[in-house]
Amino acid sequence: MDGALPVATPLIEVRDLERIYQMGEERVVALAGVSTRIEPGSFVAVMGPSGSGKSTFMNLIGCLDKPTKGSYRLKGREVAVLTASELAMTRNREIGFVFQQFNLLQRVDALGNVELPMMYAGVPARKRRENAVLALERVGLADRMGHLPLQLSGGQQQRVAIARALVNSPACLLADEPTGALDSRTSLDIMALFQALNREGMSVIIVTHEADVAAFASRVIRFRDGRIVSDVEQQPKDARRALEEWAEAA
Amino acid sequence: MSLLDALLSSASAIRAHALRSILTMLGIVIGVAAVIAMVAVGNGARERVNAQIQALGANLIIIIPGNVTQTGARLGTGNAATLTDADAAALGSEIPVIQAAAPIVRGGVQVVAGAANWATTAIGVDLAYFIAREWPVETGREFTEEESRRGGQVAIIGQTVARELFGGENPLGAQLRVKNVPFEIIGVMAKKGQSMGGTDQDDVILLPLQTARQRVIGTSRAKNRSVNQIVVKVREGEDLSAAEEEMKRLLRQRHRLADGRDDDFSLRNLAEIQATREESARTMAMLLLSVAGVSLVVGGIGIMNIMLVSVTERTKEIGLRMAVGARPIDVMGQFLIEATLIALIGGVIGIAIGIGIAIVSANTAGWPLVIDPGVALAAFIFSGLVGVVSGFYPAFRAARLDPVEALRAA
Repeated sequence: MDGALPVATPLIEVRDLERIYQMGEERVVALAGVSTRIEPGSFVAVMGPSGSGKSTFMNLIGCLDKPTKGSYRLKGREVAVLTASELAMTRNREIGFVFQQFNLLQRVDALGNVELPMMYAGVPARKRRENAVLALERVGLADRMGHLPLQLSGGQQQRVAIARALVNSPACLLADEPTGALDSRTSLDIMALFQALNREGMSVIIVTHEADVAAFASRVIRFRDGRIVSDVEQQPKDARRALEEWAEAA
Repeated sequence: MSLLDALLSSASAIRAHALRSILTMLGIVIGVAAVIAMVAVGNGARERVNAQIQALGANLIIIIPGNVTQTGARLGTGNAATLTDADAAALGSEIPVIQAAAPIVRGGVQVVAGAANWATTAIGVDLAYFIAREWPVETGREFTEEESRRGGQVAIIGQTVARELFGGENPLGAQLRVKNVPFEIIGVMAKKGQSMGGTDQDDVILLPLQTARQRVIGTSRAKNRSVNQIVVKVREGEDLSAAEEEMKRLLRQRHRLADGRDDDFSLRNLAEIQATREESARTMAMLLLSVAGVSLVVGGIGIMNIMLVSVTERTKEIGLRMAVGARPIDVMGQFLIEATLIALIGGVIGIAIGIGIAIVSANTAGWPLVIDPGVALAAFIFSGLVGVVSGFYPAFRAARLDPVEALRAA
């Protein structure tokens, strides 16, 4: 292509991505032609006010929604043309979701919640249990595995959700306002965990409207009116150091 | 998602709403319990009727004088004087498949023994009667040939008469007066119990046919030697309807009935009575079955309703499951399995309750307990089917949810 040097396949490559909602008579343009690339191992913050299109963008790259127009390649594979079933399997293998409200199954313990994605991947029960234990250990919940969500703090619940997102070894973590329901101390904890995972090679994309959160990312993409208005690389703040400073100040 | 995982997950969802799940099952429980109990009760009752008929003798044909004409007018059935001793004798001697043909006269009488008296039925019989009815004398003896032919003044009494007239005392050898005619009691019949019609078959006295006709029951029968009925026992293993045809032909010939004229007698066999009873039992069963069917349909609607509520309540859960990789078919399967599981649990509870009802009613009514495993299996499968059908639409709705919308749900 254009005789360019061969480069590593980007994690995410979108071109002229459009998403238009038909609300009765009215056409709502949520995304008006977005093109960008995200390399493997990045830590990206997607920012913008509500209605800017950042949530629509996240739904599209999370394979939860299909674009009206344009192309989306995930690890080089076009996903805009996939069926609902194929999208589900893509989400299962390639995307680890982390939500603002954690979205844990209330009647299932931490282990059970972490096992859920592996159930849909068809992993045998024994292997599921092993992997879930490893994932919970990784997020620092080795002593809380049998607890129900209600018996866990908000930060712990979000750690369970992160373990669940990690357990199928996805191509990237996709976090939608992951600290929105947490206090600032716990938010720093969670951001430190994301940074640690990113240092180990996991790609992380965080959708947020908080500049404090975006400061921990190495790249910030800003949306407004369905378009990307700025896309800058930055030196990320270290969440662990912020945590130490926070402790000293207290 | 594997079937086992889906089953476990559904079971935990059902447990999470235990009360609601049980209430949802109720329609199925009642419907299945009704079916199981109804079939068991019906079978038990039929079994008892069959046993009664067997006790009476299934190869028994009763001939009574008179007939229903083609216009439907009854010509004094049972009272016309068209059957005679000679008819009975001819039947017994000329048709080989007939084991015994017993002429009978009967009438209501007042019997007196000492200071006691009792209103009962006198039956005049000859020796063939004891063979035809398979009804033995318990104590004492039967009539002798001589007594039967010559009209001896001897009587054999039923258990009820013995109890009413003699209490605990031995009636053998005692005197009995019927219409001022003295009889010596020579025997007591074995206990026979109630007939299918509910009359007490032990409330009788048996007298020699000639004596009964001439001195006890009345004079009109004495003149023409007519009888009230002839009880015919066909030999074991012979074809009843063929025997009936032969009997009809013989009697028409003896009564000189021209072709085209109605019979002046009628034949009844117990198999026909049994068939009538089974027919009415079947009608009842169909009625109950339709009630049970309605209950199952209502139960299915209940399940569908609750599953729709459940899908709405768990929209966010569905969204999350979709986000972590549940395909539409996984979501569909989950809700279908849940609905089916609820219905099957309801079915099992219903089968248990139905069997309980069957046991209780069999004990109280005193008939044998007959539980058909095929019916239980059919009820189980049918309740599963109700679950699948009623779960289908809610499951379809769940599977069609848009993951983005579902995740946004409260």
